[in-house]
Amino acid sequence: MLVKKGAEANLYLEEWHNRKVIMKRRLPKKYRIRQLDKEIRSQRTVHEPHIIHKAKEAGVPTPTIFMVDVAEANIIMEFVDGKQVKQVLNDLSPEERLRLSRHIGELIGRLHKHGIIHGDLTTSNMILTSHGKVVFVDFGLSERSMELETRGVDLHLMKRAFQSTHYKYARGCFEAVMEGYANVVGEDEAKNVLEKIREITRRGRYVSRAR
Amino acid sequence: MPKTNSAASYCLGIESTADDFGVGILSFDGKVLSNANNTYVPEKGGIHPREAARHHAEVAGKVLTEAFERAEIKPQDVGLVAFSQGPGLGPCLRTGATAARALACYLGVPLAGVNHCVAHIEIGKLVTQATDPVTLYVSGGNTIVSAFEAERYRVFGETLDIAVGNCLDVFAREAGLSQRRGAPFGAIVEELAKKGKTFVSLPYTVKGMDLSFSGLLTAAVNLLREKKHRLEDVSFSLQEVAFSMLTEVTERALAHTEKPEVLLTGGVAANKRLQSMLKVVAEEHKARFCVVPKEYALDNGAMIAWTGILAYKSHITVPIEKSFVKLKWRLDEVCAPWVEG
Repeated sequence: MLVKKGAEANLYLEEWHNRKVIMKRRLPKKYRIRQLDKEIRSQRTVHEPHIIHKAKEAGVPTPTIFMVDVAEANIIMEFVDGKQVKQVLNDLSPEERLRLSRHIGELIGRLHKHGIIHGDLTTSNMILTSHGKVVFVDFGLSERSMELETRGVDLHLMKRAFQSTHYKYARGCFEAVMEGYANVVGEDEAKNVLEKIREITRRGRYVSRAR
Repeated sequence: MPKTNSAASYCLGIESTADDFGVGILSFDGKVLSNANNTYVPEKGGIHPREAARHHAEVAGKVLTEAFERAEIKPQDVGLVAFSQGPGLGPCLRTGATAARALACYLGVPLAGVNHCVAHIEIGKLVTQATDPVTLYVSGGNTIVSAFEAERYRVFGETLDIAVGNCLDVFAREAGLSQRRGAPFGAIVEELAKKGKTFVSLPYTVKGMDLSFSGLLTAAVNLLREKKHRLEDVSFSLQEVAFSMLTEVTERALAHTEKPEVLLTGGVAANKRLQSMLKVVAEEHKARFCVVPKEYALDNGAMIAWTGILAYKSHITVPIEKSFVKLKWRLDEVCAPWVEG
């Protein structure tokens, strides 16, 4: 069953060895010549599970990868049962909302501390499980980088996501994210990133994402 | 407030951001009366800003006269002067700006400072009748994927280093090719690529929505130096990789914005292979694919005049004493109240 159609890949919810799994398929693009198309899809199919694994090592919950089919550009991974943070954030109590935001900030801090840039930090790419665990998904746009600019852009996207989907609580939530972030990366580093985010905002380059 | 010639409302636009000096004259309802141009072609190497500016100063009078003759109007019929205020090469911009200021002052009409990138989009919309497109603007100096959202043309993706046209130009120069009037490097590489058969792997760099071409260029030039592959095959591979990158980012912007059109403009828009790739993507997303004809896709004065008119109608002009050129003026810094969105 198709659950999400993206510009680059489609997500299907499937049954696989008596488990619910997510199958991520990178479909061939007709505009590219076959050889290049295959190269790109294979490279990304290898890259994504690798980063997902690195994120785990950094202490950030991510889906378990069950199978990688490079030839078909397919990844079969754990279906994370829970709710998107996007769906629950607005309905939480104020304390719960800030606690969750702080926790998200800590997770982002762990990623960045280990040179992992998620590339698409929105509340729809974070799943809150019934055990209260937050799982980061969709590392399709992720990259490895320690640069201040990329970390700033990453968090700026997070800020924009709050502003577009949780505008009532955007300020408080983002401040809490930065608080949690600072707990992990340190006050000085957090200050540098925050300054970078301000600069990026001034450039006015990023549009709120309709989600 | 300078007077405006209400009886005959024409706008004269001057373009001089890089190697082109162009003068276009349009009526306020968007009819192009003339679009004269003179391009600086360096004897060797790339564009030297000072040499290009010297060229512009030399041909300015000639091109202006030509524009007036073809439009069959007198200077006194002009009610508005527009010029490309940026982004671009400093000496070139200043030459065009000086001409525009002098003209506006002499005629006693208002002056409009136009953003070059906005102008490419606006003239593209005018000549292809696109209403609200995702634009891919690809030239020697710019590589931008843009769409209108909340008062501005937003940049969805852009190059992090060199422009795709620059990548093709430098590659051609490194291959020892030479361009001629009417046959720029891009067209020469395109011809070679058509004869390419074997794809050679080259670095494909898309970071989120942004692109990078410098690594691709270096790798392609290194392939040439190794002399293991035919120039045709390297040209083919270079084009395939560069254009696939552009198409991927354009598709993402299209999927995200769900705009009804894809507009391709800039000097590289003439490339048939790039056109065919974008056409596939546009069709898959049920968007109309619009290619801006060469005359209006390359740098030209008409686009400056037309955007000047749009700005003027929204009461945006610039006093002469504040009409400094802006070398790094970003597309998304411009508020465009004339666009409905």
